[in-house]
Amino acid sequence: MKINFYIILLYAFFINLPAVAHHDQFNIFLIENSDNIIKSSAKTVDTILRDIQSFDDEIVSRFLELWKSKSLYYIKDTKQVVIVNENNESFDALEIDGLTGIGNYTKKEIKKIKPNSGVRAKIDSLLVKYQISNSDINIRRKSLDSLKRNIQPEHLAVLQDAYINESDAELKTAIDRLLKFAIIKYSDSNDKKLEIIESFKGDTAIEIRASLNQLLNSSEVKVGISLPNNKNIARVIVPGFTIKNSNGTSGTTNFFNEDVEISINDAYDKLYADNLVYKKRITPEELKKILQQNIIGDTIGGYSISSLDNEQSRIAAYNKLVENNLAPPFISENKINEEVNKFIFYSVYNDSSSEVTNAALNTLASINLRVQIYKYIDLFIDGLSLASIYFLGAIGLAITFGVMRVINMAHGEFIMMGAYTGYVVQQFISNHTLSLLVALPLAFIITFIAGVIMERLVIRHLYRKPLDTLLATFGISIALQQIAKNIFGTQARPLTSPSWLDGSLSLSDDLSISYIRIAIFILSLIFLGLLLFVMNRTRLGLETRAVTQNPVMASNMGINPERINMLTFGFGSGIAGIAGIAIGLFSKVTSELGSEYIVQSFMTVVVGGVGNIWGTLAGASLIGFLQKFIEWFNPSNTLAAQTYMIIFIILFIQFRPKGIVALKGRAADD
Amino acid sequence: MTDSINDLLARHTLIFTIVVVVFSLFITFFSEPYGNGLISTSFVKTLGKTVCLCIIALAMDVVWGYCGILSLGHFAFFGLGGYMIGMWLMYERTAIIVQEAATNELLPLTETELSNAIGNQIFGVVGGYDIPSIWMFADSLGLQLILVIAVPGILAFIFGWLAFRSRVTGVYLSILTQALTLALSLYLFQNDSGLRGNNGLSGLQNIPGIEYLGQEVISIGFFWASCIFLISIFLLFHSLMKSKFGLIITSIRDNETRVRFLGYNVEIYKLFIFVLTAIISSIAGALYYPQAGIINPAELAPIASIYLAVWVAIGGRGKLYGAIIGAAFVSLFSSWFTGGQAPDIPLGIFTIEWVNWWTVLLGFGFVIITIFSENGIIGFLRNIFVKEK
Repeated sequence: MKINFYIILLYAFFINLPAVAHHDQFNIFLIENSDNIIKSSAKTVDTILRDIQSFDDEIVSRFLELWKSKSLYYIKDTKQVVIVNENNESFDALEIDGLTGIGNYTKKEIKKIKPNSGVRAKIDSLLVKYQISNSDINIRRKSLDSLKRNIQPEHLAVLQDAYINESDAELKTAIDRLLKFAIIKYSDSNDKKLEIIESFKGDTAIEIRASLNQLLNSSEVKVGISLPNNKNIARVIVPGFTIKNSNGTSGTTNFFNEDVEISINDAYDKLYADNLVYKKRITPEELKKILQQNIIGDTIGGYSISSLDNEQSRIAAYNKLVENNLAPPFISENKINEEVNKFIFYSVYNDSSSEVTNAALNTLASINLRVQIYKYIDLFIDGLSLASIYFLGAIGLAITFGVMRVINMAHGEFIMMGAYTGYVVQQFISNHTLSLLVALPLAFIITFIAGVIMERLVIRHLYRKPLDTLLATFGISIALQQIAKNIFGTQARPLTSPSWLDGSLSLSDDLSISYIRIAIFILSLIFLGLLLFVMNRTRLGLETRAVTQNPVMASNMGINPERINMLTFGFGSGIAGIAGIAIGLFSKVTSELGSEYIVQSFMTVVVGGVGNIWGTLAGASLIGFLQKFIEWFNPSNTLAAQTYMIIFIILFIQFRPKGIVALKGRAADD
Repeated sequence: MTDSINDLLARHTLIFTIVVVVFSLFITFFSEPYGNGLISTSFVKTLGKTVCLCIIALAMDVVWGYCGILSLGHFAFFGLGGYMIGMWLMYERTAIIVQEAATNELLPLTETELSNAIGNQIFGVVGGYDIPSIWMFADSLGLQLILVIAVPGILAFIFGWLAFRSRVTGVYLSILTQALTLALSLYLFQNDSGLRGNNGLSGLQNIPGIEYLGQEVISIGFFWASCIFLISIFLLFHSLMKSKFGLIITSIRDNETRVRFLGYNVEIYKLFIFVLTAIISSIAGALYYPQAGIINPAELAPIASIYLAVWVAIGGRGKLYGAIIGAAFVSLFSSWFTGGQAPDIPLGIFTIEWVNWWTVLLGFGFVIITIFSENGIIGFLRNIFVKEK
C-alpha cells in the first residue's frame, strides 16, 4: 500500500514537471502584465490576450475563466495576481494554479479585479477558442451553447477548427450548423452564403428561420427622387398604403393588417427631416397652440374665438396669422400629398447582394410552406383534442338526453362532482398515478349513486314533462353548485396530473402534442367503445333501448322499466363523473366547472343527432373542429370564435333540426 | 260560464291596477323627497328594479305559460335594452363632462377633438379612443330609444323566424335560445365588441340633463315609470290573452299540431308572441338599468334567463299575476337573504348562513314546487281554496 502511494506521488511529480516549467513562465508573464490585468481596458487587453496564447491551454483557459467571472484578486503591495480562499475573516492567497500558497492576508490587503464589460466580452471570445477544443465534451457543449447566443465574426476561424477536430457526431452537426449561421451572418463570400442558404431549404428549425430573417433585415424608411441603382432594394414604400412584411418586402393592407408602414404625414415629416422640403408641417396640435398664443381680446386673427370650433375656420384664422407674419406658413393636406408624391420611399436590405437576399427569400418561402403545412396539422390536432373534450363532456348526456330524452341541467354538476372526487382523493393519496386509479372508479360510483338518487326522487315524477324536468334539474344544479362552493370555497382547486402525463411529444419545432391531449383523446375513444358496447351488446343496453322506444311493450316483455331507467340514468351520470376527472386534469376544478360545459354539451348532442352515440361523436367533432377553425382566423380572440361557432350551430339546426345523424323510421318519432 | 270567468278576470285587472297604484302612492309618501323618508332611496330603487323584473316575468309568462315556448333567452333581450339605453346615458353624460372641462380651454373644441375626448373617456379602459360605429346614434335619445325596441325586436324576429319555420320545438328550442344567449354574452365579453367588454357600461344612474334633481327624485320617477309600464303591460297582455288571439295562443301550447290542422299559421302566432315579449323585455331592461346604474355582460349570462323561468314557475305559470308574484317574491327574498339581512340559524355544531345556503334552499325548494305543484304558489293556494269550498 505504502509503496503504491509513493509511486503515485513520484508519478505525479514527474508528470507535472513540464507544466511546472510552463507555470513559472506564466507567473512571470502575469507579473510583467499585472498593471494591465488589474486595471484593464478594452485597449490594453488586446495585447495581453494575444501574448497569453503562447502558454499552456489548460492554465490559460483557467486563468481567463477566473478573470472573466471576477474571481481574481491582487495583493495591494506586490500587485501579484492571485486567487483567494476565505478563511475566518482573512484570506489565503494562492497562485493561479490553485496549489501554491502565497500567504495569509487581511481583507484590506487584497482587492478584487473587476474587468469591465468590454474587456469581459473580449476575454470571453478568446475563452471560447479554448473551451470548444477542450477535452471535456460537457465544456465543449456548454461553450457551443454560449456561442449560439452571441456569435462574433472572430469566431468563424475558431468554429472551423473545432469542426475539423470534433469527434462527437452530434456536436459536430451542431458546430456545422452554427458555422453556417456565422458564415451567413459574417462571411464576405456570396457564393458560400448562397450554397448554405440553398442547403437550408425545407428545414423548419426555428433558428434557421431566425437566421434567414436576420439576413433579410432591412433599413429604416429611406427617401429619394428615384430609386438608387446600386442598392439592394428591399421594398418600395407607398406612404399611407403599403405595409411591411416580415421578410422585408412590402405588401398591401388587408383585413388582418391595416397598419401602414408610414403615414403620409409621417412621410412628409421625414422629407422635412432630410431637408428635401423646406416648410415644416404644422400639426393640428401646433396649430392650436399657436392660435392660443395669439388671442387678442375675443379674437384670433380677426376671427371670433367661438367660431373656431371646426378645422376649416381654425386654418383660416391661422392663415390670417401667417399673413401678419405671426406664424410659420401652413401646409395644406393637398400640398402635403403633392410633395410626398414627388419622392419615392424605399428600404434597402442590410445585405448588399440581391442574389443572396433573393435566395434567402426563396428558401424562406419554401420553409414557410412546410411550416404552413405543420400549422394545418397542428390545427387538426387542436381540433381533435377540443372535439375529444366536448365528447367527454357530452358523452354522459348522450345517454341521459340522447337515449332517455331526459334534459338533465345538473349534468354539468355531475362532471364537477367527478372532478372534486379526484381532488379529494389526491388529498389522501399523494401518489398521483395511484390516486388517479382510485379516483376514476370512485367518481363513477359517487356520481352513479347521485344520478340514481336524482332519478328516483325527481326525474321519475316528470318523465312526461320534459320542460319541467329541465327546470327541476336546473334547481338541483344551482343547489349542487352552491353546496360545492360552500364546501370547497370559490377558489380553484388543483387536480394534478401524474408526471408521466406532463410534457409533450415533439415532432418538430412547430409541432408538439402534449401527452395529456393524447390521453384525453384515448380516453374518449375508450368511452365511445364502452358506450357502444353497453348499448348494443349487453342486456342493459338492449333493455334500455326497448324501454326508450316503447315502455309499455317493454314491460310486457318482462322488463322492469323503472329499474332500467334508474340504471341507465345512473350509468350516464357515472360516465359524467369520470369525464369530470379528465376535464379537471387540464382545467382548474371550480364549482362552475360543469356549467361551463353544459350548453356546449347539449349542443353537441343536439347537433350530432339525438338518440345516437355516433351522432354525439359527429357533433363533438363538428363543434370542436369548427371552433378551432374559426379561432385560426383570429387566434387572439377565442371568445369571438365561440360566439360565431354558436351562431353557426343555431343556423345549422335550422337546416337540419334532427342533427347530423338523424334517426329514421319509428325511432325518429318523439 | 265564460262570462263569469271574464268577470273574474276583469275584476282581477281592476284589483291589480288599484293595488299597484296604491302601492306606488304608499311608497311615494314614505320616500325621502316626498314623504317622511321612512323608505330609503336605495330601497325605492330596489323596488323599482323589482317592478321591472315583474314586467319581464310577465313577458316570460306569456311566451312560456301561455304559448308554451320555454325561452331561455329573454333575459338577453332585457340586457340588450339596458345596453341600448346605457349607450345614450353614458355617451351623453361623458359629452357633458367633456364639454364642461373644455370651457377652461382657450379654444372651443372641434368635432374631432370632442369625439376623441369622449371616446377616450369611454373606451380608454379597453384601450382605444375611436368611437365604434355602433355608437353612431348614441347622442340622440330618440334614436337610441328606437333601438331599444328595434335591436331586440329584429334579433328575436330573425331567430324566431328561423327556429319556428324549421319547427324546432320543446327542449330543443330551449337549448337553442340558451345558446343564443350564451353567444350574445360571450360576444359582449370581448374587448373589441365596442361595448367596453367585461367592464360593461357604468354611471347609468346619472341621467343627463336632469342630474340636478338628485337620485332621490329620479328614483321615484323611475319607480313610477316602471309601475305605469307594469300596469299597461298587464292590461295589454290581459286583453290579448282574453281575446280570440289569446285563445289560439293557448291552444298552440296545448296542442300545436291540432291548431295547425285547423288551418292556423302557427309560426306567425308564435313569432308574434316571441317578438312582442322580446321587445317588452327590452323596454323593461331599459327601465331597469338606469336604476341599477351598471350593466355588464355577466347580466346576460344564460343562467339569468333560467332564473327568470324559475320565478315564473314558482309564482305560477299561465297566470299573469302568478308571474308577478313569483318575480317579486323570489327576487326580493333573494336580495334579502344574500344581502346578509336574514338571521343565521345556529344548529349547535353548524350555523346556516343564509348568504351561502339561500341558493341551495331556492334550488331544492324549486324542485319541490315543480314536482308537487305544477302551477306554483298560485296553484298551491288555489288548491287549498278549492278544497275548502
